[in-house]
Amino acid sequence: MDEQEDVAAVAAAVQPTSPPPPIGRPSPGPGNLSAAITTRPVGLVVLTGLDVTYNAIHRAIWDSFSANRRPDRVPLNFKTLPADHEYPKCRSKQRTSYEWYIPKGILKTSWMKKHQEDIPGLVVVFYDLDWDEQQWKEKQMECATRVEVVRTSLHGRGSKVAVVLIQKNAPLPPGEDVVAAERAAALCAACELSAKSLFVLPCVDHLLGYTIRLENAFYELTQAYYHGEARRVKAHKEFLNKTTHQLLFVRHAFKVGFFNELKQDTHNALKQYKASYVHLTEIRAHDTNMLEIKSIAGFLNYKICRLCFFHNSPLDAISQFRKHVDLFKNKIGCAELAFEHSAWMSKQFSIFGDLFDDAIKLGLTAIMTQHPGFYYQQAANHAIARKQLCRGLCLAATSMPSPDPLEGMHHLEFWGQRPWRQGHQSIDPPDPQKEKEGILALQYLESTVDHSWIIIPLLSSAVAQFKKYKSARMKRYLMVQMGEEYYHAKDYSKALTLLGRVTWDYRLERWWQLLTSILVTSLRCAYLVASVEEYVTISLELLGRYSQSPPDEKTRVQMNLVRVLSNNPPEPEHGCATDAVEKAKLLWKNKTGNPSQDESSRVFPIEMRNLVPFVECKAKFTSTRFTADSLVKIEVYLRSSCQFPVRFSRLSVNLSNQEYNSHCVIVDGQPLQLSGDTGHVTTPNNTSQSGDLFLKPWEVALYSFQFVPLPDDIGKKLEIASVSLAFGDENARCALLVWAAGGYDAASLTSPLESIPQKRGPTKHGEIDWNAIRVEPHTSIMCRPSRLMIKLDQQPPCLENEIYHVRIVISNEEDVSISDASLTMGLSEGQEIGIEESTEVSHDAELLLDGKQPSRLKGITLGVMEAKSKIERDLYIRCTKLDVRSISVRVSYKVEVNAGSSEGSNVTCTCYQDQAFRLETVTPFDVTIRMASLKFEAVDQVHPDHPFLLMTDIKCLSPWPITIIDSTLILNDHVRATDEKQESQVAKVTLKTSENATECICMESQPETAHGLISLGSYAIEWKRADLKLPAVKTVLPLPEVTLQQLPIYITSDLPPFGLVRAPLLAQYQVSNKTSIVQSVEACMEPSDAFMFSGHKQIFFRILPSGQQTLTYNLYPLVPGYVKLPKLKLKVPYAPQFREDFVSKILPTHIFIKPQGKDLAVAS
Amino acid sequence: MAVCVAVIAKENYPLYIRTIPTENELKFHYTVHTCLDVIEEKVSSVGKSSNDLRELYLGLLYPTEDYKVYGYVTNTKVKFVIVVESSNTQMRDNEIRNMFKTLHNAYVDMLCNPFYTPGENVKSKAFDNTVNQMMIQD
Repeated sequence: MDEQEDVAAVAAAVQPTSPPPPIGRPSPGPGNLSAAITTRPVGLVVLTGLDVTYNAIHRAIWDSFSANRRPDRVPLNFKTLPADHEYPKCRSKQRTSYEWYIPKGILKTSWMKKHQEDIPGLVVVFYDLDWDEQQWKEKQMECATRVEVVRTSLHGRGSKVAVVLIQKNAPLPPGEDVVAAERAAALCAACELSAKSLFVLPCVDHLLGYTIRLENAFYELTQAYYHGEARRVKAHKEFLNKTTHQLLFVRHAFKVGFFNELKQDTHNALKQYKASYVHLTEIRAHDTNMLEIKSIAGFLNYKICRLCFFHNSPLDAISQFRKHVDLFKNKIGCAELAFEHSAWMSKQFSIFGDLFDDAIKLGLTAIMTQHPGFYYQQAANHAIARKQLCRGLCLAATSMPSPDPLEGMHHLEFWGQRPWRQGHQSIDPPDPQKEKEGILALQYLESTVDHSWIIIPLLSSAVAQFKKYKSARMKRYLMVQMGEEYYHAKDYSKALTLLGRVTWDYRLERWWQLLTSILVTSLRCAYLVASVEEYVTISLELLGRYSQSPPDEKTRVQMNLVRVLSNNPPEPEHGCATDAVEKAKLLWKNKTGNPSQDESSRVFPIEMRNLVPFVECKAKFTSTRFTADSLVKIEVYLRSSCQFPVRFSRLSVNLSNQEYNSHCVIVDGQPLQLSGDTGHVTTPNNTSQSGDLFLKPWEVALYSFQFVPLPDDIGKKLEIASVSLAFGDENARCALLVWAAGGYDAASLTSPLESIPQKRGPTKHGEIDWNAIRVEPHTSIMCRPSRLMIKLDQQPPCLENEIYHVRIVISNEEDVSISDASLTMGLSEGQEIGIEESTEVSHDAELLLDGKQPSRLKGITLGVMEAKSKIERDLYIRCTKLDVRSISVRVSYKVEVNAGSSEGSNVTCTCYQDQAFRLETVTPFDVTIRMASLKFEAVDQVHPDHPFLLMTDIKCLSPWPITIIDSTLILNDHVRATDEKQESQVAKVTLKTSENATECICMESQPETAHGLISLGSYAIEWKRADLKLPAVKTVLPLPEVTLQQLPIYITSDLPPFGLVRAPLLAQYQVSNKTSIVQSVEACMEPSDAFMFSGHKQIFFRILPSGQQTLTYNLYPLVPGYVKLPKLKLKVPYAPQFREDFVSKILPTHIFIKPQGKDLAVAS
Repeated sequence: MAVCVAVIAKENYPLYIRTIPTENELKFHYTVHTCLDVIEEKVSSVGKSSNDLRELYLGLLYPTEDYKVYGYVTNTKVKFVIVVESSNTQMRDNEIRNMFKTLHNAYVDMLCNPFYTPGENVKSKAFDNTVNQMMIQD
């Protein structure tokens, strides 16, 4: 908030800009401090013999003393005076006895000034003289004469005298210049000076350095002087007695304190001032000397507090001040001059506030409950009391009595005395008539004071302090006081602004009593400056439900409000100054006489959110959502809380879409009148509804509006931007009460009681419970619900990679035909990219086989659909990855409907029907591919020239039967099938759930193939669902990889498929060497029980590279059955990778031996 | 004894203000209102420093020239304010403390009335009587 700046600016404007009164002049007004008191006492040093006008060197010396004195230099006051200057005369002879002395007052007005400005502590005689001066004698004589002149002009005062010789030559080091020492001693003798009071100032470089050393010496001399003076005054004490010299006790202690202060001995000064204060309190106070005592008490208190703050003991200062105030607050003195006491009190507080504030500026820290603001506030309170006392006491004093008894009030001899009886110290005034006239004159003088301009700056200082110490409420209270003071000062517009700034906070904190009192003052101001807008705004709130005004006052305000809005001047407010009322009447007359042509000044909006008006408003949409084919309904509830019924002229609702606003207007045609008597009803203009906006106190009035939503608004939110209620005639003068967002004024926003609706018991029939009405400023316009049916015909789940068929049946259930129907189908929006990419959708199954298709089809036009007609569409989906997908089908169409009841209000609504389903994809079959040796043993490595088997196990997992149309092996170059012609072994096989189909293909590796891991190729299965007429799809699976391993020795066998018992059979084993070296082989045939055999039982042989050796055995089976063959063992020492078990893996281990057929045996 | 007794809601609006019959009743309203600054400051500063239970009695809020203002804040942040004349020197801290205790008890009794909605202005005869006891001039 910028209120602070304004307040400060206002205060600055009223601060007196006149220069401070000259020192020693008693400033008018009780309690005021003269500059003699407030300036810090410093010793006075007079410089003589300097010709600052014509002598450049002297000028430079003077400047070095006086110009740009920084605070670190010694506290002295320098003056340049001619050598023969006459100083104030000293009393010719010192008083030796006070026995017959009756003091006429406590402290002379001139005394402090005299010792600060006139009587020096030290007189310095400057003299141009070098040690090697030719005419030394003459010069010495002249110098002595000058010193003598100065001594004479001091009239025997104890002021010190010093001599400074201005020399052109730089001095020699001490002790070396014999002439100088001699002449210095001579000069001292001639001038009757001590050696310590003679100085030499060489006019060479570093003048300032010499000056500073000189002034330190001067400072010591002055201190000695002031010390002496203080002792001299102290010495009087023994001559005094307590009965007649009470005033002198005060005076002398004060003087000693002051001399101590001049000496810069603040601790002793404080002690003396305190003693003086104690003596002062012992003086018998009566009406005639009260002012004098209080004036001096003020001085002493100021000095004590200031020194306490200076000594950094703020608590002492505060307690001294409290003591001071407590002591004197009831000592009013002369009752006719009570205002004088208040003025003095006010001054005491404001002075202490200033002292406190100065101390804070020098680093003191204050707290929230103890800071200068309280003292300024109290000063302001006393100033207000002074103003009130003045009102009561100064009525009689209309003119200054003649002769003026106050003649010479600025030139009093003693502080705080009455001009007409100066120096008088008896209890009763010497001349009662004169006393009377004097009082009258003071009263007259007081009546000419403009107190507001004393009060307002004090309040402004207090406001600044309270703001600094974070007391917002106190600050506000002071601002209210300031506003009221401006009101008293007849600056009504300023008062209005100032009060207007604080009302918000009182309203927010719900201090209605305070708010009402502020508003009453504001209303007066608004009346007196004839501000229609402010007047109406304030009246609205004063009539409001929380206004604490008495009923008759409310009545009056309401009457006036109606007057103003009927373009008539209101009745004057009570308690206004009569001359201001006359002026205001004229202003109102001008305002109402020529109504402005400009509409903005005739119709002014008032934001209800910022106040608590007498009309409450709650607006709501009857539902939080409306469909496009229904009417949007708004209900506006109004309730008035003023005394009498009130009539408004227009009610309108502003919506977020301006298009509807014309539907939401009610105009009351009747003129603005207090009672509801029937006037002529004018017909309202075309678009708006006419209605009765006549509100009875505390009755809830309901107004409803309805309109058809625009097609553009479908899917959007609609808001009540504001509700405005026009009060008054829009052609003459009208206040527009505006509630933002459908209700809520300042009270209902902040009050916990109003924001929570309460209910006790059921409401009476036909009555609307105001608290139960919820403001609902938002609604949404939705699409008209569709009456279209979408039926989906499908056989879930979807099998991975298959073409999945969904049949969509759309049937129109509307009563009329629909147009522009269009179909969107496919994957729902917003799914993962992986799903998006692995889904293809088409309306033609063949297309899915050809290439990549989109994941959704949009805008398939269906055209016009007659009522109750049906359309069928096919949707084919191919999912190439397992997952659950969301598939949606959406039909949009347009239909003409009749909204509301009236004919011809047909609207074209766009409707949507959505159907979404989750489609799960499952694996149709599981294919296991494995490799086996020719003995059907699982192998993981194969050998060149050695065939192996590839077996594919297809296991059906689909819940639906599937048919395998074909299967193909796509082999790599490394391997080939051993069969020339390949045909699928599983073609045309139909598998049901969990059924298996297996293919077995014999393969061998191509010669010249590198060793290691080789991939075999892939396996493709072409399949479809068994029961659907859909194109088959091909699923390609990779074949496993296999390790091809070269063997050093290779062995093949040649055996008949079976044998006969006791019929020899030939077994041949061929061992070939696949390495490039000669291999020696040890072959060994183990004996077997089932056979007798012939051939080498054990043999050693060598095979050349690529050569081979055949071992031939004749076997003679002994037993029939599946018998074990004799085991051949090979040992190849030079091929370490050859393993013995390899032989048993390759070679057959058993053979089937048939028994000898009997018939055959007989036949043979 | 007391010249003004006030009960202020948690949200800082007045629930009950009673003053000795005087022409300048509004001044007491302002006094009570402005002392909320100090109450808020005191309550918030305690909350920061320690977790242990805050004393409900806040003591002298600030002295003005004519009145002494004392504060008391319940655990539900309902504030009680008692204004005493500065000239009244026999009122000790202990007496003020007891007055607040009495006031707090009376407030709790009043709050227990099922027909009273919390947050409403206090209009209870029993509460009025308790306050009257405190304000009797002796």
